[in-house]
Amino acid sequence: MEPTFILLLFVLVLSVFLGFELISKVPSTLHTPLMSGANAISGIAIVGAILTSRIELVDFEITFILGMAAVFFATINVVGGYLVTNRMLSMFKKK
Amino acid sequence: MEFLNTIFSSTANEALVNVIYILSSALFIVGLKMLGSPETATKGNLISALGMLIAVVVTLLDQSVTNFQWIFVAMISGALIGAIAALKVEMTSMPEMVAIFNGFGGIASLLVGSAEYFLSGTDSLGILIPIFLTVVIGGITFTGSIIAYGKLSGRMNGNPVLYKGQQWINGLLFLLLLFFGIEMVANQGFIFTLNWQILAAIICLSFLLGVLLVIPIGGADMPVVIALLNSYSGLAACAAGFVIQNNVLIVAGALVGASGLILTNIMCKAMNRSLGNVLFSGFGAVVPAGTSAEEQGEVKPIVAEDAYLILEAASSVAIVPGYGMAVAQAQHAVRELGELLEENGTTVEYVIHPVAGRMPGHMNVLLAEANVPYDQLIEPEDINPIIESVDVCIVIGANDVVNPAAREDDESPIYGMPIIDVDKAITTFVLKRSMASGFAGIENPLFFKTNTRMLFGDAKDSITALVSEFKN
Repeated sequence: MEPTFILLLFVLVLSVFLGFELISKVPSTLHTPLMSGANAISGIAIVGAILTSRIELVDFEITFILGMAAVFFATINVVGGYLVTNRMLSMFKKK
Repeated sequence: MEFLNTIFSSTANEALVNVIYILSSALFIVGLKMLGSPETATKGNLISALGMLIAVVVTLLDQSVTNFQWIFVAMISGALIGAIAALKVEMTSMPEMVAIFNGFGGIASLLVGSAEYFLSGTDSLGILIPIFLTVVIGGITFTGSIIAYGKLSGRMNGNPVLYKGQQWINGLLFLLLLFFGIEMVANQGFIFTLNWQILAAIICLSFLLGVLLVIPIGGADMPVVIALLNSYSGLAACAAGFVIQNNVLIVAGALVGASGLILTNIMCKAMNRSLGNVLFSGFGAVVPAGTSAEEQGEVKPIVAEDAYLILEAASSVAIVPGYGMAVAQAQHAVRELGELLEENGTTVEYVIHPVAGRMPGHMNVLLAEANVPYDQLIEPEDINPIIESVDVCIVIGANDVVNPAAREDDESPIYGMPIIDVDKAITTFVLKRSMASGFAGIENPLFFKTNTRMLFGDAKDSITALVSEFKN
């Protein structure tokens, strides 16, 4: 196994444990905003989508289309996810 | 000049980009932590959005990125669609909105994995296996979310679709996927010799599997499915992180994956069922041959005028909303009734079952929209021990979560599910359209209890009638 892969796996394992620690204390009132906020974070695939354009391609057609479609969908996910979460959270008020 | 050259040399640039990715990961972590409390949640969401923004900006500044004009076109059109959808959506349509956004996250990861498959031209297992996983998880998330969206928005029948040999077909598809996965990774050309053929086969099979995995799941089990698809969208992004060897994708994806899994687990526990049972049993498709209605006694209907007299004299009222409140859009009327009761000196509380509605926290969002303060919302375990002293429970469009069969009838499919014990309250009003059974198709003995009164009709109309009684 390549050392980079092991290093990435290390990051993964720690993040999973961190995620469980962070989320397990969220009260049920906030389950929906938590879910849609987390969903917006999963739009981080946008970074990978932008990076598909890192190579000046001679024959770019298929990867170019795939990459731009990825940017498009990931942006919907990110912008829509954060805005809708913000809209929901602004309604939660205390007495 | 020497100094500037060092800063802008490609290795320094790469290091800087990575440092900013670390900062971005830290912002996601802090943001998620702050989402855990109502006081800090709004700020937490903004911090997480800031993390996303700097990750995107620094990626765009990466010197190797080309095609800027097209990236901007894709980003601006995506941002417009996302923003319009997010600002226009009705709060009652939130479950299908979250479902479709999950799907977009999934397809984005699938597309990244596919593009990288052609771009990298690698034979390294450490990259090919993640490409396979990205495409499979992303594909299942995408079509699974579309089916969930269809069921939740009513564009598709919400009932479970079951057929003979369902598990075998899914199992076979899964093995086929694995076969093409090995073909992709080993690059041996058992059937297909070209990269795009193998990739196309994997994408098609994943899409099909996503559809087939979600169609057998009924509408009432959607909270579990949405939470699980949420987790998948994170895992797909995480796998994409391995493909492009990028830590921020792995950290962010893993956080989402973990949070989705925790929510899935909470939803399953709230129904006393295993995840396997939710996913594969086709719950709610068959009406179990239980005791028939005749044996259970008679239902006692009540009209709004009489219900008002009882409410007017009550000193404590607990309101139990369910999916029916969302369907009838009755949340604003409910809040008005709650306020009138409080003005009358009655204590009012809203009891929310974790699986009430179609997604985790569905009822909380609707009541928040109607300006019910969140500290008035309580959980079943807060009220069950003292429910005998509650004068009136008003059940609005909830059914299975208040079904005493879960406690009393060990033959019942929902036996053992933690419920709200409204049948033990002094009086219980059940607002219901008709005598049809709940989404799980199970008879509810609550309707036949001596202390239960049925207020038939549309939930919004019934509540509005009660409100006008109070106002007269």
